[in-house]
Order: sequence, then structure tokens, then C-alpha cells
Amino acid sequence: MRSGGVLSSNPEMTVIPVPKANFTGALGDRLASVLIRGSAFLAILSLILIFVFIGKEALPILTSPEIQKEASLSTLFLPHPAKPGARTEYTWQPVSEVPKYSILPLFVGTLKVTIIAVLFAIPLAVAAALYTSEFAHPWVREVVKPAIELLAGIPSVVIGFFCLMVLAAWLHNAFGWTYRLNAITAGLGLSLAVIPIVYTVAEDAFSSVPQAFREGSLAMGASSWQTAWRVVLPAAMPGVLAACVLGFGRAIGETMIVLMASGNAAVLSLSPTDSIRTFSATIAAELGEVVVGSAHYHVLFFLGASLFILTFVLNLFGHWWVGRLQKKLQGAS
Amino acid sequence: MFDKTKIAGGIFQGLSALACVVIIVMVAIVLGNILIHGLERLSFGFLARAPEAGMTKGGIFPAIFGTFALVLLMTIAVIPLGVATAIYMHEYAPKRSRMVHVVRLAIQNLAGVPAIVFGLFGLGFFIEFIGRGMDRALFGGRLVYGQPAIIWAALTMALLTMPTVVVATEEALRAIPQSYREVAYSLGATRWQMISRVVLPQAVGGILTGGILAISRGSGEVAPVMFTGAAYFLPELPRRLNDQFMELGYHVYVMTTQSPDVEATKPILYSTVLVLLMLTFLLNFTAIMIRARIRKRLRYGR
Repeated sequence: MRSGGVLSSNPEMTVIPVPKANFTGALGDRLASVLIRGSAFLAILSLILIFVFIGKEALPILTSPEIQKEASLSTLFLPHPAKPGARTEYTWQPVSEVPKYSILPLFVGTLKVTIIAVLFAIPLAVAAALYTSEFAHPWVREVVKPAIELLAGIPSVVIGFFCLMVLAAWLHNAFGWTYRLNAITAGLGLSLAVIPIVYTVAEDAFSSVPQAFREGSLAMGASSWQTAWRVVLPAAMPGVLAACVLGFGRAIGETMIVLMASGNAAVLSLSPTDSIRTFSATIAAELGEVVVGSAHYHVLFFLGASLFILTFVLNLFGHWWVGRLQKKLQGAS
Repeated sequence: MFDKTKIAGGIFQGLSALACVVIIVMVAIVLGNILIHGLERLSFGFLARAPEAGMTKGGIFPAIFGTFALVLLMTIAVIPLGVATAIYMHEYAPKRSRMVHVVRLAIQNLAGVPAIVFGLFGLGFFIEFIGRGMDRALFGGRLVYGQPAIIWAALTMALLTMPTVVVATEEALRAIPQSYREVAYSLGATRWQMISRVVLPQAVGGILTGGILAISRGSGEVAPVMFTGAAYFLPELPRRLNDQFMELGYHVYVMTTQSPDVEATKPILYSTVLVLLMLTFLLNFTAIMIRARIRKRLRYGR
């Protein structure tokens, strides 16, 4: 007769071996936790640091009377006479006897080249994305997607090189513009940098539209292009908008292409065939020679801070729209 | 007799197909032009020799060396940081917590910050703040680290490429079946044991992808290193962390825009561009291959 059942009769065999408290394991776990949390926090911290350290160097324009004698908000944005009594004008001429810091020509130049790039890149990229996601045979997709990835992988200095050495000459021979390097040359080059990001985000948006949308439309007798135009495109609209905004943000901050292909002349004009100078190119061209702590130095950081804030806001909007698209389509499917 | 809808549809489809063709043709023109002209001067000697006679003769070895040194330092900094951040978002923080949301937003925005702004930040933070601070504290004000140096350029570049590593690692983490983690926990593993022995070995492919993409990006980017350490010509290779260095992209930029004799440097310039392109493409190609394998597993592996 059993006295107490299996469990109590043979304790050695049945008790589940509980490992001894593993001190190093627990300590390692705690240490890893701290390090991992720390580095995630570092991502946030570095964004804050960028803001603080660029803002700190830009701030004297607003606060320091010393710097403001040379460069204040009014000298940056309002017209000023070159000499006392002369005609007032907008001039960017930081290295001269009387430094002139009007950033309006730079602003117009940046806007001009960005708009040209975006006008060229967005229709191309969105149409290509629509084609690959809606009409194309799989093999077409297998060609277009790697080509876009290839394009995205070309360093911007190489695109700048190509614009300066090759494209500028071609365009100059074809159209005979006064300036070989102008807003259109740089804008076309810039569009090469913008196309991949617009294509990728737009293609994501199109392919995240549920298949049921298309099937419903086709079942009602719509043709495939009607489906693409009236069903898929509207459904994916927030994503397409996001693609445009992110592309714009990419274009406005891009440096090497405009630095090499735009001519870098700070002229205030609206003509797309004039040379231009952008915010980013100005920083790249002038920061190397500037005296640390001078008014010019702070103005360059002011340009950088404006670029940072502008692209930051554009990115926030872009990602917000992508998020909205996902939410909308999740609710629908 | 013509069906209006059909014609409109045909035009619509044709136009969108044309967009694809235009993009591919543009890529082909750029690459073809560089390939044809670049191959003229490309040789082993070109890769292995230093520039001579004001960049009109010789090779680009110092620039290649400098680029490798830069991305090596950058990788050492960015891989642990990027991987840890991805692990935090995917393994540590509660799903959909506010903190994850904020970290993700920060990563996304970091990816959108223009390269030139990173350059400004590198100058203002690493050189003027950290470097000068180190000089004051450790070297009695002597100029050692408070100047452009390869370490500052590498750290600036690490910040710029961090989002790439985070995104690729996260994708790999997502591909690991949840059951693996549950099994590890059920065997009594702590969270770190589970991550270091189960999750990380499985995520190696993704980490590799991220690392390679980051290296590719880092070896082509110029704006962030212009003021933080790159130099046009140096007689010696960088040896210490506070040395300046030559970089392929920066070399291309200066040769293109500031060469006294454009025609004489043109063949060398083209070959340098080709080397830079081949380097980045080779890296990208490898990364894309690894990523394709991970995606396959993500689709069929569960």
C-alpha cells in the first residue's frame, strides 16, 4: 500500500529543479536594461541637442546687441542701402567692407530651385508609383524598383558632379541660357534626389489600399484605369500628400547638388534661368572660412536653424499623413 | 466608333508607364556616362597611389583609406546605438506606449534632418563644445580635439545614419516569431538572456543590412564632414583620432569645383566618381540581397 503517493515517496525525482538565483543573470539584465533604455533616449536627446546647439549659435542675432549692429532680423529681411544715402537693396555680401546680410535672395533662390525640382519629380514619381502598383506586370516592377533603389543610392555629390560636368553643358547647348549654371539645371539634378523618396512613400500608399477596394470597383464595371484614378488614388491620397511633403523637405535641405550646379550667385530674381544660391549651399560654401563667433558665423547658423525647423515641420506633417492613411485604411478593411 | 473610356484609359496608362521609362532612362544616362568615362583611367595603380602633381596625376589611395577609416569609426558608434534603440522599441517598451511613439518620431525626424545641418551640429557640438571642453580639461587649453578631426566627422556621420540602422534592425526583430521569445521566457531566461541568446542571433541579418546601408550612406555623404574633419589634400594618412582625413566624396566635390585645370583633372575625376559609385552600389546591393532574404522569412516563416 502506498503511504503518501508518488510525489512524497520519491522527492528527488519529481521536484522540478529550480535554478539557484542567478546573480550575474539578474545583474546583466538590469545593466542591459539601463543601457538599452539609455540609447533609445539618446535618439530623442540628439534631436534636442541639434536644436539646442544650432539654436544657441543662431540666437545672438536676436539677443546680442554686439552682433545686432551687424546682423539683426531687420538687416536679414529688410532692404538696406549699400552706403549711407545710396539706394536700398537686398544684397547678400557677407565678405566685404560693409557686410550685407540680406537673406531674401537666398530665400527666393532656395524656393525657386525646390519648386522646380518638386514640379518635375512629383508627377514623375507618383505616376511611376501608380503604374507599378496598379498596371505593371510583375517583371516591370522587378525593373523599376531596383532602378529607384539604385537612384536612391547615388551619393548627392555624384549627382552634383553630373549636373555640373554634363547636364549643364547639354542644357546650355540646347537652350543657350545666359548662365550655364542656373535654377533649372540645379532643379533637374535635385529632382533626381527627390524622386526616390516620393516614389517609395507613394508606392507604399498605393499598395496599402486594400484589394477589396479594387475588386469592388472592377465588379461595378469600372475599367482598371478608372479604378486607379477614382478609387485607389483618392483612397491613398494622404500617403501621396505625405510623399510630396517629404520630397519637398528633402529638396529644401539638399546641399551638394545645389552647391555644385546652381551657380551660387545670390541674385534676387524670379527667372528660372538665373543663377541662384540656396540656404544650404551658402552654409556649405561659407562656413569653412568664417571666423567663429563673428556676425557672419551666427548668420550662417541662423540659416541652418531655419532649415532645421522647416524640414522638421515638413517631416512631422509628412509622417502624420502617413499615419492617418494607415488608420483610415485599417478602419476600412 | 471609338470608345472614349478606352482611349482615356490608354492615354492614362501610357503616361504613367512613360514616367517609369523616363526615370529608368535618367538613371541609365547618369550611370552610363560615368561608367564610360570613368573606366578610361581606372586601374590598380589608380586605387593604390597617392595624388600627384596637383591632382592631375596619380591615384586616390588616401581618399579611399580615409573613407574606410571614417566609416569604420562610424560603424563602431552607430551599430550599438541603433541596435539598442531598435531593441528598446520592439522588445522593452510596452507596445503602443507613449515613449515608443516619441522615440519613433525622433528617429523619423532625425532621418529628415538635412545633411548640412548635421555638419553645423558637428561643428557647434562636437568640435566647439566637446572638443574644446576636452582641450580645456585634459590638455590645458592646447588645441588637440577642438578642431576638425576624423573622430568628430565619424560621430556626426553616426548620428546621420542611425535611423537607417534602427529601421533595418526593427524589421528583422519583427520577423522573429513571438513563440521564440515565449519559449525562452518559459525556460526561465531573463529578458536580457532572451534578447542576447535568442533574439539577437536571429536578427543578425537585419543588423547587417542596416550596418551596410549606413556604411553606404556614410561613404557617399559630403556635407556633414566638410567642416568636421575632411581635408582636400594631406601628405599623410590619418593615424590618430584627432587627425584630419581625405574622403572620396569630398575629393570629388573639390576636384569638380576648385580645380585650376578642369580638362587635366577630368579623367581622374571621372574615375574617382566611378570608384565612389561602385563602392556605394556594391554595399547597397549586398544589403538589398540580405534584406530580401529576411523579407521572405517574414512572409513565409511563421
